[in-house]
Amino acid sequence: MYPEDFSYTKDHEWVKVEGDTATVGITDFAQNQLGDVVFVELPEPGDELEAHQTLGVVESVKAVSDIYSPISGEVTEINEGLNDDPEILNQDPHGKGWIIKLKVKDESELEDLMTASEYEKYLEGLEEE
Amino acid sequence: MIRERLIFEISDKGKKGFTFPELDVPEKKNLTDSIPVREDIKDFPQVSELEVVRHFTRLSQANYCIDKGIYPLGSCTMKYNPKINEKVAQIENFISAHPSLDPKFCQGNLEILSELEDMLIEITGMKAFTFQPAAGAQGELVGMMLIRACLEDRGDPRKFVLIPDSAHGTNPSSAHICGYKVKEIKSNKSGTVDLEDLRKNMNKDVAAVMITNPNTLGIFECQIKEAAEIVHSQGGLVYMDGANMNALMGICRPGDMGVDVIHLNLHKTFSTPHGGGGPGSGPVGVQKGLEPYLPIPRIKHKGSHFSLDENYPKTIGRIHGFYGHFLVVVKALAYILSLGPDGLKEASETAVLNSNYIRKSLEKEYHLKYKAPTLHECVFSDKYQKKHNISNIDIAKRLIDLKVHPPTMSFPLIVHGALMTEPTETESKADLDLFIDAMKQIDREAKENPDVLKSAPQESYVRRLDETKAAREPRLRWKP
Amino acid sequence: MSYISLSQKDKKEMLKVIGASSPQELFDSIPDDIKLKRKLKIPKAKTEPEIMEYFNQMAHKNKNNEYICFQGAGAYRHFIPAAVDYLSSRGEFVSPYTPYQAEVSQGTLQLIFEFQTLICQLTGMEISNASLYDGASGTAEAVLMASRINRKSKILVPKTLHPHYREVIKTYTKNLDMDIQEIKYDDSGQISMTELKKHLDKETSAVLCQSPNYFGVIENLDKISSLAHENKVLSIAVVTEASSLGLLKPPGEQGADIVTGEAQSFGIPLSFGGPYLGFMACQKEFLRQFPGRISGETKDVNGNQGFVLTLSTREQHIRRERATSNICTNQALCALRATIFLELLGKNGLRQWSWQNLQKANYAYDLLKGIKGVKSPFSGKVYNEFVIQTEKDWADIEKGLMKKKIIPGISLEKYYPELKKCGLVCVTEVSQKQDLDRFAEQFKEILSA
Repeated sequence: MYPEDFSYTKDHEWVKVEGDTATVGITDFAQNQLGDVVFVELPEPGDELEAHQTLGVVESVKAVSDIYSPISGEVTEINEGLNDDPEILNQDPHGKGWIIKLKVKDESELEDLMTASEYEKYLEGLEEE
Repeated sequence: MIRERLIFEISDKGKKGFTFPELDVPEKKNLTDSIPVREDIKDFPQVSELEVVRHFTRLSQANYCIDKGIYPLGSCTMKYNPKINEKVAQIENFISAHPSLDPKFCQGNLEILSELEDMLIEITGMKAFTFQPAAGAQGELVGMMLIRACLEDRGDPRKFVLIPDSAHGTNPSSAHICGYKVKEIKSNKSGTVDLEDLRKNMNKDVAAVMITNPNTLGIFECQIKEAAEIVHSQGGLVYMDGANMNALMGICRPGDMGVDVIHLNLHKTFSTPHGGGGPGSGPVGVQKGLEPYLPIPRIKHKGSHFSLDENYPKTIGRIHGFYGHFLVVVKALAYILSLGPDGLKEASETAVLNSNYIRKSLEKEYHLKYKAPTLHECVFSDKYQKKHNISNIDIAKRLIDLKVHPPTMSFPLIVHGALMTEPTETESKADLDLFIDAMKQIDREAKENPDVLKSAPQESYVRRLDETKAAREPRLRWKP
Repeated sequence: MSYISLSQKDKKEMLKVIGASSPQELFDSIPDDIKLKRKLKIPKAKTEPEIMEYFNQMAHKNKNNEYICFQGAGAYRHFIPAAVDYLSSRGEFVSPYTPYQAEVSQGTLQLIFEFQTLICQLTGMEISNASLYDGASGTAEAVLMASRINRKSKILVPKTLHPHYREVIKTYTKNLDMDIQEIKYDDSGQISMTELKKHLDKETSAVLCQSPNYFGVIENLDKISSLAHENKVLSIAVVTEASSLGLLKPPGEQGADIVTGEAQSFGIPLSFGGPYLGFMACQKEFLRQFPGRISGETKDVNGNQGFVLTLSTREQHIRRERATSNICTNQALCALRATIFLELLGKNGLRQWSWQNLQKANYAYDLLKGIKGVKSPFSGKVYNEFVIQTEKDWADIEKGLMKKKIIPGISLEKYYPELKKCGLVCVTEVSQKQDLDRFAEQFKEILSA
């Protein structure tokens, strides 16, 4: 379910690093909790983000959720497709529904994040609550 | 059922629904020579009076309403709206009074405002009221502004407001507009404010705590006096959201529990109609120390002479164009005068009786997260039905087929899949039973025939509507 | 009269189900020391005839109906067609809650959708909300909205904006670190362009413009909007006399980014100041910062058209402290009255209505200006209100005219000390020529006395 080459946050974002580019999105669990996504508020390319800083907002009909940047870096690209078709966040959260790309500033920040199996365990814990 | 078309689709060139008398002064065509004048409004409706009457009569029939049946929306106090209240609010000398009239021409209006103020003071144990706030949320905003003004006067407006996690969304929003940061206070296992958490968060940076009592779970905050002491001991103030005052009339008074500021909803507790979303009225009551900050003008009287007084140098200012919703005040006063002291108490007692009857009748079928005794409302959840993949939305929509209005859904936020139920005192046992039986039937259907729930409502004016589509592709006005 | 529908037998049965011996027992969760141990000290219950009598007496203490009244200033006397009262009194409109359950609220949701469309058509804007409390709080909401859009905090408020509106803006923004600057008016009674240019800069969030303004004078909104836009500043148009929208160029065609105001003129009685009907409309690009409820069109599972409250994530019940406004209950029933009113008048009636207001007011303006000892302090063109200055104190004029059962208007000195001996007079379509002639005659008599 959750790709092995991603790292995950407790707030249900994922990040995938290739070279010095990181792609960020929200997890399948997150999109499922939100329900049908109707709007995504994106940052501007060039924005500098700190780890844990709000990078945007995702809205469903009845809920609003902040998206936090898993790591620090400069926004190099945003997924413009989300403006017209926010539903791709529901359909393919780990692929076409990516949200932004960052220029990685400090790769060591990834060490604070969860692996796929750690994240799955984390989710099991949440469901028990 | 045939869907009523939009008026723009009915419209046709040259039709009219009203005729003005001929212009009786000499017409001067050149008056518009040097002013920007509009062109013809394309597509503005042109219909006959009969077409308008049929249009709105048919539209009205697509609404459910309290005059038709039980409307157990939690936190909304959908009680019957007595017709005499509507009648007195239509008296010509009330509706034709201009708000800028000299007080000597509108003594009756000022006396009415003053009378209702006196009654609300007695019912709540507060010291003064303003009627300027147009609805509950504006009342909250005024209340928080009063608190801020008072603290500023003492030297420090402070930074934070504490709000329980079970509060109405208007509470944090109002505090925010007043320039405060919001900190959430946890509810404890019994559903009331966790005093430990309150103590931990209360300090000299906290301006106020906003408490709803009884809270949105219908549970009385039995430690409110202790909570008020904790807040007061650090120099903070206590705001009470009085949306649920319908449980307390003649039983106990916020002014006797340490509350400094309260707002009431005349369109809830005092029976003025909701009108499909307003107009309401959200009067704010204060203790003596906060009186100087109330909005102006205020109504004063010397003997039987009433006047408008703006001489309050510490006032927060004006919050409404004039004096608030005067006609709503007329209706609320008529209501209180109709009930009298015994009737008000009986109303609260019966509201609590009706609610507990529903709670007891449904507690086997529907999960109650909080077991503490409740007053005028209680919050069930869809936890038991979730096992059959049925959510509170399905339950609500099926209730529509069974001819009763659904409870408030998904609120308060601390109860997953909430169904917040408040029958009010005016329902008959037969109507309460209609709701109870419908809820029981739905519980059976969840196990035996979930499809009928998933596909509900089937018998309404429209079937289940696509809210996602509405938000993704906003169409917010008609276009040809 | 307590409006309870339970019999004693019902109560007994219900208590039995609950397992309580009395309703009082159900209040055991309230600590004894805060319970009220006495009866509320309010008058004992009245019956329906007694209630009627009480309010008739109160109404009798009002003397307004004995007078012809030329007061306007944000609250206007217009004719209300019978069908407005008739239809808006229907229980199906009066007694439902906010339309959260769309499938049983299509009547309210569709009429709000129609209201939104009418407001868009009238203002020349792209989107409208379901209503706000009144014109004053609507204007304050517009100021907050502008500040959210461009994250700037300086607001230019002309002195030609209704003084109550200016006060409400001050109250709303007091705790929000905003800079409210007042702009003077010129000899025409319009916003002074020189003053405006002096204050307008890149730090400015928005400039407000009420037209027709508090003095009844029609402002040059087009020019003000252009000036604002040159500085990347938002233009907020305020309308307090909505009947003018039937005649004047819509604010949307004069560069306004947000239009707000008071729609009391659309079928809502004066009612001593409320309830009235705030409205707001804006351009599409600002939708996400727009306050208040919105009804939107969608489809049901069978593909049939229907309406729902939409874009609710802007609102307090979801976004809590980050909502675009704290507004919840608004003015739905007043919006219904306005919708019925506008649909009855229709395209031609609306135009005729505005035209009559313009003609009658200007007729009276000319009559009064023609009296020796009366002059007009402002040269600007007026719609249905105007300012006149007399040789006597306004209070004396008022006193004299009141003896003749006329209330002449509103003294301006309270809010404009510089406008000595000035009064603001409003004339709408309900005034007949003979009343206007008598008004002018009496006025003349008092001045010559």
